[in-house]
Amino acid sequence: MNQAAETLTDYPDLEGAEMLRVRNLNAFYGESHILHGVDFDVKRGELVTLLGRNGAGRSTTLKAIMNMVGRRTGSIVINGNETLGMKPHRIPRLGIGYCPEERGIFASLDVEENLLLPPTVRSGGMSIDDIYAMFPHLYERRRSQGTRLSGGEQQMLAMARILRTGARLLLLDEITEGLAPVIVQALGEVLVKLKARGMTIVLVEQNFRFAAPLADRHFVMEHGRIIEEIGAAELASRRDHLNTLLGV
Amino acid sequence: MTMIFGVPLAVFMGQLMLGLINGAFYALLSLGLAVIFGLLKIVNFAHGAMYMLGAFAALLGLQTLGLNYWLALLLVPLLVGGLGMLIERYMLRRIAHLDHLYGLLLTFGLALIAEGTLINFFGVSGSSYPTPTALQGGYNLGFMFLPIYRAWVLLAALVVCLGTWFIIERTRLGAYLRAGTENSALMQAFGVNVPQLVTLTYGFGVALAAFAGVLAAPLYPVSPTMGSSLLIVVFAVVVIGGMGSILGAVLTGLGMGLVEGLTKVYYPEAANTVIFLVMVLVLLVRPAGLFGKEA
Ligand SMILES: Nc1ncnc2c1ncn2[C@@H]1O[C@H](COP(=O)(O)OP(=O)(O)OP(=O)(O)O)[C@@H](O)[C@H]1O
Ligand SMILES: [Mg+2]
Repeated sequence: MNQAAETLTDYPDLEGAEMLRVRNLNAFYGESHILHGVDFDVKRGELVTLLGRNGAGRSTTLKAIMNMVGRRTGSIVINGNETLGMKPHRIPRLGIGYCPEERGIFASLDVEENLLLPPTVRSGGMSIDDIYAMFPHLYERRRSQGTRLSGGEQQMLAMARILRTGARLLLLDEITEGLAPVIVQALGEVLVKLKARGMTIVLVEQNFRFAAPLADRHFVMEHGRIIEEIGAAELASRRDHLNTLLGV
Repeated sequence: MTMIFGVPLAVFMGQLMLGLINGAFYALLSLGLAVIFGLLKIVNFAHGAMYMLGAFAALLGLQTLGLNYWLALLLVPLLVGGLGMLIERYMLRRIAHLDHLYGLLLTFGLALIAEGTLINFFGVSGSSYPTPTALQGGYNLGFMFLPIYRAWVLLAALVVCLGTWFIIERTRLGAYLRAGTENSALMQAFGVNVPQLVTLTYGFGVALAAFAGVLAAPLYPVSPTMGSSLLIVVFAVVVIGGMGSILGAVLTGLGMGLVEGLTKVYYPEAANTVIFLVMVLVLLVRPAGLFGKEA
């Protein structure tokens, strides 16, 4: 099942090289046209956010990258590979881990089975021991049914299982949604550790206070387009403008 | 003579044994249906035809190539399973994006074509397949006579059912299958080749039916209609057990065989309808089935 090596163009792991480039991306669910020419790119080792109001098209952008929407046009280059014509199961093998908004924990699998489920896509993933060290709660509950975990634990599990696979680009959709402040803080610490490990991260977030200190750049979406890019350094001066865009 | 509720023990046990044997076939077939339904969401109406093709392939293999029973037991499921994979790959996959009702209709059509074609060549009367030499005869257990072949069928069916349960519940491939059943889009997003998994699953489910067909060949007349008559009962068994669980399919299959056997002892007139009676009752009281998850 694992044919990652053959489709992978191995770029030197240089900081600053381009990991993801999205150009004029249009996406459709059946007849509904959701993304209208999305443009952005992410450098290796960067953490960027996709911000926006409800329905702006942030989740759809991540799904379009994974080829999980109906139809797509434009260009999505991952690690130097054009992926628009790729089958859905080939895309993660370029070294991508996807954490869906609804978490996607499997009820028919226990916690450890959920954790071991995603196939390895590249070498260099975290070992199961590293993962249990990072998420001690998961170790304690490893024999429980996946969906018996609390919301926070399920979110940890959804993150943890893609760290094992060796993915170097993580697409994380609303990982703090509905979680208690202590858990949100713990997730923030996890992201800092992942960044230190050189992971590239695209974070879809509602919780701007969570995202602000972590991110290098913010992209604001509206009506299926990127309407604004704000670097971390400009954040303080453009805070009011951003609040207007997000409607908060 | 020992009597059980006014029936001689030997008669009682004999009918129970017959019931268990029927139950073993119900179990094997409903297991395959459940595995296929889980991932493809298709009610495989061709399942009876695949069982029939299994028996026919064993018979024709013996008559034309001298293929012995043991080889048939190994090769026929592979052959019919391969046919199943072709059917999935080139027919079912083409309509997989449509309502699952279309898949049901397609498999129903295929079943009728297979049955009609074989009737055209071989008629409906049926031929007998010799019991393999090693499994002829029987044991006198004192309270009943146990034909060796029947004991073998029961054993083989149980081993295959438990093996299937083990693969699905305890292995990595089985975890893929269970997860794919829940959310195949996410499995693809993890890099699992779900279309390939679907093809293999259909092939495996169909191979189980063909295996049952080879097992059945020495017991029942091998005829083109042997599958369709059995399948109707198996569908009732599946409704009773619910599509939810693998073990549920096996236990319901065996249990319904026993219920049928017992009815034959005490009220033979109802033996052919008792399963449908149970089905109606289950639908009224617990529509998701005995082992199914309540919606
Ligand atoms: N499966 C679908 N079929 C049709 N339309 C969809 C589907 N999923 C989302 N949409 C529509 O696409 C638009 C963008 O949805 P998306 O989920 O990308 O928004 P979002 O920015 O993630 O916001 P949020 O998660 O807060 O709802 C919305 O108008 C939504 O109704
Ligand atoms: Mg969303």
